[in-house]
Amino acid sequence: MKKTITIVDYGSGNLLSAQQSFIKAAGSIGIDAEIQISNNPKKLELSTHVVLPGQGAFKTCMDGIQKIPGMEDELNQFVKIKQRPFFGICVGMQLLADSSEENGNHQGLGWIEGTIKKLPGADTKLPHMGWNSIKIVNKNSEIKPAENDYYFVHSYYFDCTNSDNVLAETKYAINFPSIVNKENVYGCQFHPEKSSNQGLNIIKDFINL
Amino acid sequence: MLKKRIIPCLDVKDGRVVKGINFIDLVDAGDPVEQAKFYSENGADEVCFLDISASLEERDTMLDVLKKTAEEVFIPLTVGGGIKSIKNIKDSLMAGADKVSINSAAIKNPDIIKNASEHFGNQCIVVAIDVKKIGSSWMVHSHGGTINTNIEAFGWLEKTQNLGAGEILLTSMDRDGTKLGFDIELLTKASKILDIPLIASGGVGKIDHFYEGAEKGQADALLAASVFHFNEISIMEVKEFLKTKNIAVRL
Repeated sequence: MKKTITIVDYGSGNLLSAQQSFIKAAGSIGIDAEIQISNNPKKLELSTHVVLPGQGAFKTCMDGIQKIPGMEDELNQFVKIKQRPFFGICVGMQLLADSSEENGNHQGLGWIEGTIKKLPGADTKLPHMGWNSIKIVNKNSEIKPAENDYYFVHSYYFDCTNSDNVLAETKYAINFPSIVNKENVYGCQFHPEKSSNQGLNIIKDFINL
Repeated sequence: MLKKRIIPCLDVKDGRVVKGINFIDLVDAGDPVEQAKFYSENGADEVCFLDISASLEERDTMLDVLKKTAEEVFIPLTVGGGIKSIKNIKDSLMAGADKVSINSAAIKNPDIIKNASEHFGNQCIVVAIDVKKIGSSWMVHSHGGTINTNIEAFGWLEKTQNLGAGEILLTSMDRDGTKLGFDIELLTKASKILDIPLIASGGVGKIDHFYEGAEKGQADALLAASVFHFNEISIMEVKEFLKTKNIAVRL
């Protein structure tokens, strides 16, 4: 069956790289997939997979989604009612949380319980920028990432309420969740689309869902 | 553990890779997309394109190079050179760049750093600073190193950091193209000031220089050009060497 993967465009940064990485990943496993970038909520209805990228501040990103009429409803429909595979990247992953403490207190999509908090920057530089390793802490997932280095750029992290939702952890000042998963919802704090072959492998696993 | 990054820098003029020795003599070294792909497959942690022509008509050529690179390269890509406005930054990011480095435009109008980092997030705003030692001070130079701005380097570092720079790319013009190694004194002083990542640039000639930059200079990332382009040293050789010295690298 042909897959239709929608990368949600809500005015956040470099979507071309994300799109190209999904095209490359689908092609390399011989899956017929249309990878589209769209800001039209109607496109979600016909999608098999949805990807939420994200760059910049939490509130700016959340506002970006809410400014598109019907987008938040369609996202909720896709994830909660249809329960189809959903993937958040970087701030797109942080938006899955209940709320964020970045520049105030802001509400998120609330699909995975927890709060976005600032990494401690006393002894380490922020943003946490560069390649860092991950440790798998929960093997019961359809996505099987390699314990390898991935590319991170962020100053805030997802403090998950329920440790069962943490698939992998990374250490930078503290141990924080680098991959989260709850049912059909997945999120990476790092950028799989910028993490060479090991990143593309995660994207392949997601496309295969 | 966070790894020290090794970044090959490709100077691009009119869609072709060149590298100047002390910013002047240019030697053609190939196609930017092919080179970026080669480096990403051979251990580079990021790739940096520096558009050294940056005339208006050639800027569009660069956007085209970025788009083609984004189709084939899946590691972070930085572009700099001739970035003058928020629109230039947006065009570069939309064409597939992950970070944009600003140099002369930030000197002319420092608020561009603030506006850009508020607009796009500080993670994608790199401030590139070219410095030359004059007497006992390092002075910031603009326009490809041709104009002494009379701005003292460390004050400028602090200011750009406060304005919202996400990362600093610090080039020693005294060392650039000389192969004498990084200016360690410069890097050490800069590291003490910065809470954001520091990319060291200018002067790499042999493998020990990478170690000095990472260990003594405390740089978070090490950028080089000609030693990589002319196959004098491979990125994997650098990383294997750093690993033997207990510097964390991605292998």
